[in-house]
Order: sequence, then C-alpha cells, then structure tokens
Amino acid sequence: MFRLEARTSTPAWFNLALPLIAIAATLILCSGLIAIAGAGVIEAYGVMLSASLGDSYAITETLVRAAPMIFTGLAVAIAFRAKFWNIGAEGQLLAGAVASCFVGAIPMPGTLAMVLMALAGAAAGALVALVPATLRVKFKVDDVVSSLLLNSVIYYALMALIEGPWKDTFSGYPISPPIEDSANFPVLIEGTRLHLGVVVALIAAPLCWFLIARTTLGFRIRVTGENPEAARYGGINVQRVLLSTALLSGALAGLAGVGEVGGVHFQVMSDISPGYGYSGIVVAMLARLNPLGVVPAAIFLAAVMTGGEAMSRATGVPAFLSDVIQGTALLAMLVALLFTAYRIRRVGAQT
Amino acid sequence: MSAVFEQILQVGFLAAIIRIATPLAFATLGEMFSERAGVLNLGIEGIMLLSAMAGFTAASLSGSLWLGVLVAVLVGALMGALHALFTVALGLSQHVCGIGVTLFCSGLAYFLYRLIFGQQSVPPSIDGFKTAPIPLLSDIPILGPAVFNQFALVYLAIIAVPLAAFVLYRTPWGLSVRMVGENPRAADSAGVSVIATRFQAVILGGALIGLAGAFLTMAQFNAFTFGVVSGRGWVAIALVVFGRWDPWRSAGAALLFAFVDALQLRMQASGLGHIPYEAFLMLPFIFTIVAMAFMSRNAVAPSALLKPFRREER
Repeated sequence: MFRLEARTSTPAWFNLALPLIAIAATLILCSGLIAIAGAGVIEAYGVMLSASLGDSYAITETLVRAAPMIFTGLAVAIAFRAKFWNIGAEGQLLAGAVASCFVGAIPMPGTLAMVLMALAGAAAGALVALVPATLRVKFKVDDVVSSLLLNSVIYYALMALIEGPWKDTFSGYPISPPIEDSANFPVLIEGTRLHLGVVVALIAAPLCWFLIARTTLGFRIRVTGENPEAARYGGINVQRVLLSTALLSGALAGLAGVGEVGGVHFQVMSDISPGYGYSGIVVAMLARLNPLGVVPAAIFLAAVMTGGEAMSRATGVPAFLSDVIQGTALLAMLVALLFTAYRIRRVGAQT
Repeated sequence: MSAVFEQILQVGFLAAIIRIATPLAFATLGEMFSERAGVLNLGIEGIMLLSAMAGFTAASLSGSLWLGVLVAVLVGALMGALHALFTVALGLSQHVCGIGVTLFCSGLAYFLYRLIFGQQSVPPSIDGFKTAPIPLLSDIPILGPAVFNQFALVYLAIIAVPLAAFVLYRTPWGLSVRMVGENPRAADSAGVSVIATRFQAVILGGALIGLAGAFLTMAQFNAFTFGVVSGRGWVAIALVVFGRWDPWRSAGAALLFAFVDALQLRMQASGLGHIPYEAFLMLPFIFTIVAMAFMSRNAVAPSALLKPFRREER
C-alpha cells in the first residue's frame, strides 16, 4: 500500500525540478491536442520554440510579451507570500494602464512624462489592490472574491471611459487618444519592439527578491503568510503588513499596465490585456512564489504565446493551444506542489 | 423619466428580464451548491464557456438541440469533477485551481471551436430553441406572455429554483451538503463522507453551470462567439454572495441583475441614457462587494468554504 506522508522539509532542487516536471507534463498532455489537429507534435513544438526563442528578433518579441507577466507574476507572488489572495491583478493592470495613459497624454518633457506615467500607474494599481485588503482587514471580507469581482468593476470603468469621454471622435472606435510621442518608451534595439519597460521589468524581479528575502518588510510578509499567529505574537502588526503587501502588489500589477501603454500600444483599448493578470497567477505558481523564478516562468508563457501564433500559421493547429497550455501548466504545477508537502511512501499492509 | 417607465411596463421588457436571468439562475444555483459544500468554484467562467461550445457543436452536428443540452450538461459535470478532483480529493487551494480550470476550459473551448468550425467571417449559427407557450397560463395578461411564452430551458430554470431549495433544505443529501460546508469534521463524525458529498455537490454544480452555457448558445444567441459568456460566471459568483448562499435569494438576485441589464440595454437602444451603460453593468459587482462588508459580521458564508478537508489532519 502507498500512503501520503507529510514532509517536514523539501530539498532545494525541488524548486527547479517541480516547474520543469509540470511543464513537461503539460507539453505531453497538450501534444494530444496537436495530434487531434492533425499536425506533427515534434514539428509543432519545434516551430513554437524556434519562433519564440530561435533568433534574436524572436527573443525580443518574447521578452516584450513577458514584461507584463513579469510584473503581474511579481504582484501575485508577493501577495500570495503574505497569503493576501490577490486575484485582482487584471483589474490593477487595467487601472495602471488608464492612469498612465491619462498622464502620458499631457504634453511635457519625455523623461518626466515616463516617470509620472509609472508613478500614476503604480499608484492606481495600488489603490485598487487596497480595496480588498482594507475590506479584509476592517470587515473580514474574503479577499479572493472581492479582488476577483473588482476586475469586472475596473473593466467596465475602462469601457465607460473609452466609449464615452475618451472615444476616438475621428474614427469612432472605442479607443483612448494616444499618449504624446515624447512619452513613448524608447526602443532599445533598432528594428525591434524591445522597449525600456522590459528592462525595468527584468530589474524589478531581483529587487522584489531582495525585498522579500533580505528586508524587514519582506521578513514580515513571509512570517505573516506562514504563521499569522506567530507574527502577531512576535509583535508584527499583521494588518499593516497585509495593507503594505497589497499596496506593493497592486503597484507592480499597475506597472504591467504602464508598460503596455508606454511601450506597446501607446493608448488604451478594451483588449489591452489578454488576461495578463490571470497569467500572473500561473507565472507566480510556476515560480513557486519566488520573484527570481518569475522571470523564467513569464518568459516560458510568453514564448508559448508568441510561438503559438507562428505554430498556428505553419501547421494549422489553432493558436489557442497556448491558452490550453497556460491553464494546464497551472493545474500541473499545483499537483506537482503536492510533492513539497507530502511524499508517497510505501507501507506494509495495515491491520 | 416617464419614457423609462413606459419601457419597463412593456411585456417585451419583462420577457427580456426572464430571458437574461435564466442562464444566470442556472449558473448561480450551480455555484451555490458547490459553495454550500465548502468548495468555491472559480472555474465557473471557463466551464460555462466550454459547455456552451460543446452543446452548440453537438446541436450543430447532430441537429438535435436536446442532445446539445445533454452534452453541455455532461461537459459541465465532467469539468466540475475535474475541479473536485483537484480541490476535494487532492485538497489543493480552491481559488488557484478555479483560475486554472477557467484558463484550461476557456483555452480548450476556443481551441476546439476553431478546430471544428475553422475561421469564418460570419460565425456559424443554429436554429435555436423556439418559444413554447404554455396553454392557458400564457393567456394571463402581461405575466402570461412574459413568463409562460418562453423557451423550454426558461421553464426548467423556473422549476430549478424551488427544486434546488427543496433538495438543499429538505433532503438528507441536502443536509449532508450543508454539513460538509459548515463543519466537515462534525459531518465526518456523523458518518457523512465529506469527500463524496463535496464531489457530488461540485459535479451537480458543474452540470447546472453547463445548462447556463447551453442556454447561451442554443436559446439566447444561437451561435458560439468568443465573448459569449463575457463575465457571466463572475456575475454568478457575485450573485451567490449577494443571495446569501440561498436558492431563493440567489434567484432573486439573478432577476434583479437581469432587470438592471435589461434596463441598460433598452436605454442604450432607445438613446435615452445619459448615464454610460457600463455603470449599470458594474452595479452587481459593487453592490456585492459592499454587501460583503456588511454581511461579514453575521458570517452567513459557509464556514468551511475554501478549506480543504483531510481526515487524518486535526
């Protein structure tokens, strides 16, 4: 007979092995769909890989796609560390996009505009995240549901803006006016879309790691998440830590929106985020809530997305395979995580 | 303002409310069963989409609408079982699994739809359900044509509400569901299988969510589009909370939301609105969030919601 046995500690190599096992399992499971679509599995995955990471241009495209998911991944990872269940990164991203677009449309020197866009976007995201955190701290309202529902509120607020006061009067399309040209984030490599925001995202990850692993606030966040009773006993103001975590998490998700406005779309439209907020949950789980792990996890998802489109053109397999891979990867990772809490042990027949 | 009231008093407007409320009622009842057993199902948005797609495909290929409904219900139940496998059997965190199920089901729905129907400029449609007036009852003034001249699935929803209340409050199984949602430890001591009951409740919930999906593609729109669900799952999550986890109140919440939605559609169509229609669509979410702040003091939510059950752990 086999039984699950609680683990007291997990070996360090698990951090790397589990996501890799989950991703391998995902690719194997999803190969069935490629086969159903009548394409060669190796060929399809091959195209996906070469079109996303095969040459330098493809790599820049993948990085551009990864940037918002690095930010939302960090937002979710930090929130989940404190067991603040922020499912609202999507809405926080949208709030950040709207705020930065608003600021970016005001004529001013480019550098100043970019700094103010980032500040406004981060503040807007933080403000949105503060709502579920405050409700939880003050009224004991479940943060999962409140943060999720806020996504819809923010989405409709964005729609009201772009179909109302922001509507493009010239074309009649529900899109916001563009930001000033001078506020467009500089492109770092000529001929690509690799913009300044991508570098900021790549720098944000180690900074978040440092914050979580090496600072007092990070320590408080970790203790609050792991054992709120002990945290309280140790003199940590758990409520304040939750609010700080929410501000930080929301600001990061807001920055994801800033990058999309400043570096990719230069305006706001209804589909500015194809669910990057929810992808952030996948990224954070694959990263085992480690900010450093967020970067490769986001790049993996981004590669699946950019590669998925090329694979679709080459083999006829619908590009929506990328979405299936994303969902499957999250579920596979959750199952894989069981092995950190439990081990399967063979035991003798019980009486 | 009087023009607005004129709109409201029309039979067509009442019928529209009932029609908008139907998928929400199914989804809300489904989510309610799941949550009453202690399992939050955030997979609802994706499950509804996949069921809508599967039902539409089955109806379109076979020509039988009821076969389509059956397929949608089975797919919903199957995805409910998937969510239960992760959250109940394996005890994984419900909210993250739910998001995973939604991402998985949505992706699969889009993938399979594109695979089966290809990329067409005009989405293929089917001859959906026709209204089936109930003799005598449909002759009642105003109420008759609005409520009793509807699709068969609407009547099913009207029956489903009292039936759900009966099952939840008056049957041994309903008692088990409430026990495992409130105090699984006590239920276990009383000989109720927590795992089995939760599985059943989440699967039943999935089946009801499947019905909601079936209604969208086979009665309301008669086609599958990528935005066919567009947040109705999240609305149902809100309505369950707003309806305080009770079948009657949840159905009432669905009607209230449908009223607001129908009103904003009318105002948009007639150009009466000076208020952006999105303001109306936001309302259920805002109301629910505010209501949660007030309700939390009375603790009406199932106590064991979001908490996995492992027998050996104390």
